Amino acid sequence: MEISFLLDAIYQKYGYDFRQYSKAHIQRRIRNRMVLSRLEDISQIQTKVLNDEKFAHEFLQDLSITVTEMFRDQDFYRSLRENVIPVLKTYPFIKIWHAGCATGEEAYSMAIIMQEEGLYDRTTIYATDFNQHALNRAKEGIFSNAMMKEYTINYQLSGGKKSFSDYYTSNYDNVIMNQSLKKNIVWANHNLVTDSVFAEVHLILCRNVLIYFDNSLQNKVQKLFYESLINGGILCLGSKEGLRFTDFCEKYMELDKKQRIFKKKY
Amino acid sequence: MHYEAIVIGVSSGGMNALKYIFSTLPFGFLIPIIVVQHVSSRSDNEWINILNGVSNLTIKEADEKEKIEGGNAYIAPANYHLLIEEDRTFSLTIDERVNFARPSIDVLFESAAEAYKNKLIGIILTGSNNDGAKGIKRIKECGGLVIIQDPETAESSTMPASAIAVIQPDYILSLEKIIELLIKIDTNQSR
Repeated sequence: MEISFLLDAIYQKYGYDFRQYSKAHIQRRIRNRMVLSRLEDISQIQTKVLNDEKFAHEFLQDLSITVTEMFRDQDFYRSLRENVIPVLKTYPFIKIWHAGCATGEEAYSMAIIMQEEGLYDRTTIYATDFNQHALNRAKEGIFSNAMMKEYTINYQLSGGKKSFSDYYTSNYDNVIMNQSLKKNIVWANHNLVTDSVFAEVHLILCRNVLIYFDNSLQNKVQKLFYESLINGGILCLGSKEGLRFTDFCEKYMELDKKQRIFKKKY
Repeated sequence: MHYEAIVIGVSSGGMNALKYIFSTLPFGFLIPIIVVQHVSSRSDNEWINILNGVSNLTIKEADEKEKIEGGNAYIAPANYHLLIEEDRTFSLTIDERVNFARPSIDVLFESAAEAYKNKLIGIILTGSNNDGAKGIKRIKECGGLVIIQDPETAESSTMPASAIAVIQPDYILSLEKIIELLIKIDTNQSR
């Protein structure tokens, strides 16, 4: 009960709407914040959120989802190359939307694939998130060198055609992604919960974002995706996500059932 | 007390332990069982099918938003945390690893304790790390029943020993005795 008061207050004051997020997830993040900031109960968080903008900003970071990887789920990316790329090749220009891109790892993964498939020059990737802090980091394209070993394995297992290290420059603890990858990525602030359609696109990737939402919010976001896709456009969800509980189940055909790749019916 | 769910946390040595448990629990065992077994992030769910093949219960990977039902055992998918909501459905997240693990036992146990309060049974089995210790403590604080596998009888003793170090469990038992106790509880309350 107290949690819903807190989420109401955040929405009223800051316009960020977490009211339809998984309660168990929110509760976990709140507990973590209470330990970190040595607060004793939710009402203390509420007071601080409403009166301390810096704290509020930190807390919004806590609630948003920023964990991501390059080429997470190699079987998915393999299927993307096999089943989705041939469809994209038929278009004179290609618009891709990464919804909820966080710090950008998946958008860079996509840019790499499009380069290797010779399609990047006619591609625009819209990578969006409501978390400006994460977007700024995505734009920089600087990642921890410690992650690169894992990403290299992911890349190779996903059908990568080159040496992964060709795509970045190492600098001690960090790597910076090649400028040529950033060229056609448009980073933009967009909130899936409160914002509307902004472009008509050929491919939407939204992986492991909707698992954080309740059924009715999932449905609302699926409506946004449906309206943003061209006829025959393709929707890629996370490997545990589906359209089952939404109104849009019948409006797509399954391009790859296991990898949760769907094609909007004509 | 009428128990509504059993959560089990298990790590190294878990495949043998789970096989033993699920091949021994009888058909008609009603309390739903939810398991976090540490596996590699690249693991497919083939081992769940194998487990299902030797069991009298229906064993499946937990789906997001799935309603938890009696007679079933649910396993957390690889590379996701598994949480339980107050309305007895599952949520999955890709949040940071906890205790180097995703799925993490602490994450499941803490959310289960909030959801089921004192109607929960928490069990820690064999494992060579200390994931689950915080979660089992929360289950105890919320009034749930806590059972730890006797470290002497566990394939890896660290995880049960770490749990015993932070709380006073209700029972410290061998696997055989744990199963006997669960059957007794289930039979009594389904009468």
